[in-house]
Amino acid sequence: MGLLSKKDAKLITDPLADNNPITIQVLGICSALAITAQLKASIVMAISVMFVLGMGNVVISLIRNIIPSKIRIIVQLTVVAALVIIVDQVLKAFAYELSKTLSVFVGLIITNCIIMGRFEAFALGNGPWRSFLDGIGNALGYGIILVIVGFFRELLGSGTLLGFKVLGDPIEKTGLYALGYENNGFMLLSPMALIVVGIIIWVQRSRNKDLIED
Amino acid sequence: MLEHIELFFKSIFIDNMVFATFLGMCSYLAVSKKVSTAVGLGAAVIFVLAVTVPVNWLLDQYILQPGALKWLGAEYADYDLSFLSFIMFIATIATMVQLVEIVVEKFSPALYNSLGIFLPLIAVNCAILGGSLFMQSREIPSIGLAFNYGLSSGIGWFLAILAIAAIREKIRYSNVPAPLRGLGITFIITGLMAIGFMSFGGMLTGGDEGAKEEAETAQVETVKKDTENKLANNTKVNE
Repeated sequence: MGLLSKKDAKLITDPLADNNPITIQVLGICSALAITAQLKASIVMAISVMFVLGMGNVVISLIRNIIPSKIRIIVQLTVVAALVIIVDQVLKAFAYELSKTLSVFVGLIITNCIIMGRFEAFALGNGPWRSFLDGIGNALGYGIILVIVGFFRELLGSGTLLGFKVLGDPIEKTGLYALGYENNGFMLLSPMALIVVGIIIWVQRSRNKDLIED
Repeated sequence: MLEHIELFFKSIFIDNMVFATFLGMCSYLAVSKKVSTAVGLGAAVIFVLAVTVPVNWLLDQYILQPGALKWLGAEYADYDLSFLSFIMFIATIATMVQLVEIVVEKFSPALYNSLGIFLPLIAVNCAILGGSLFMQSREIPSIGLAFNYGLSSGIGWFLAILAIAAIREKIRYSNVPAPLRGLGITFIITGLMAIGFMSFGGMLTGGDEGAKEEAETAQVETVKKDTENKLANNTKVNE
């Protein structure tokens, strides 16, 4: 790690597991649950959040000394909203179908609590480079959970991954379907997202006993 | 009148913000440890949603939509400012929350003391922005319906947080496996409650296919279509 000092590297690796924004800090749940029925949507969402959080952290950290603290929430919201508009316009231009699937949830990145949370907790008190790393780290931690949930929901729900029929063709009865396997359509419905995240939390906390709540 | 009643029940039960679209989950999970605080936040959400959705409806109708600036004169008719919606909506919400806070503090100190701490939190609650964005994407036709939508979505959110807070107060006495305690079990209970709320899905359809399609949110719609296609395919195979 020539580029990053040990302390800086910790900013990236910490949020991946022991300080994960979703399972430990409980931030940014809404989008994590709503768009994970497909793996592709989850990945795009993770990348969008990474862009907004990385850039936003840098911007806030650059102007942190000139924001009057009373109106900082509005300033933060404006910065996020501007970045989200960029993401939304890019998605509409290059991935129209996907932007329809994500529907209002692109806009809801604005109120994704991870973003406001990191601005408040980190960018307001640290330099731009460290804030950037913190943003990327937290977005990665968020992205990992999204990808895990998306992976299981798409695999078990429609038998595909990123649209590829990895388990065989349900109509032609090839692959697993030849053995009588059926897709669990229930995985695609909203309640299962909650239960899958609940199970991820369960697994994580059984592996690391320090995280258990009393 | 009938459409008002229909929208009212649809927003509370079928498209419940928490269970169908996962809006406002962060504060839903964070503030649901005690019933009394949950009631405070829930009331504040109803209030702010009922105020901001109609205001944003007016903004959308007269400033943001493609061609909405026609009232300024014919030469403004081709302007399309809809890309500004996010920033306008969030600015409205932040301002309204501030305004509501000041007004409530002035006229009803008692209400302010019970709602006060929650009001600033609400500006960044996804349920509020989500209400406005869904209002826009569902093309709600009149300001009366927009108010109705805001109010009833708020009530739906209130019901959800009240229910989970009551369950969490009771579950403290149960023997939950240690790693699941707290957050994990709350997620799973919410999932089970969402399954329960799914059964309201048939409430307003009454066999009318058109109404049924409207009742689904955009996301559920695609999912439904997927499953329907698959069912159709399966039956084809079976034949």
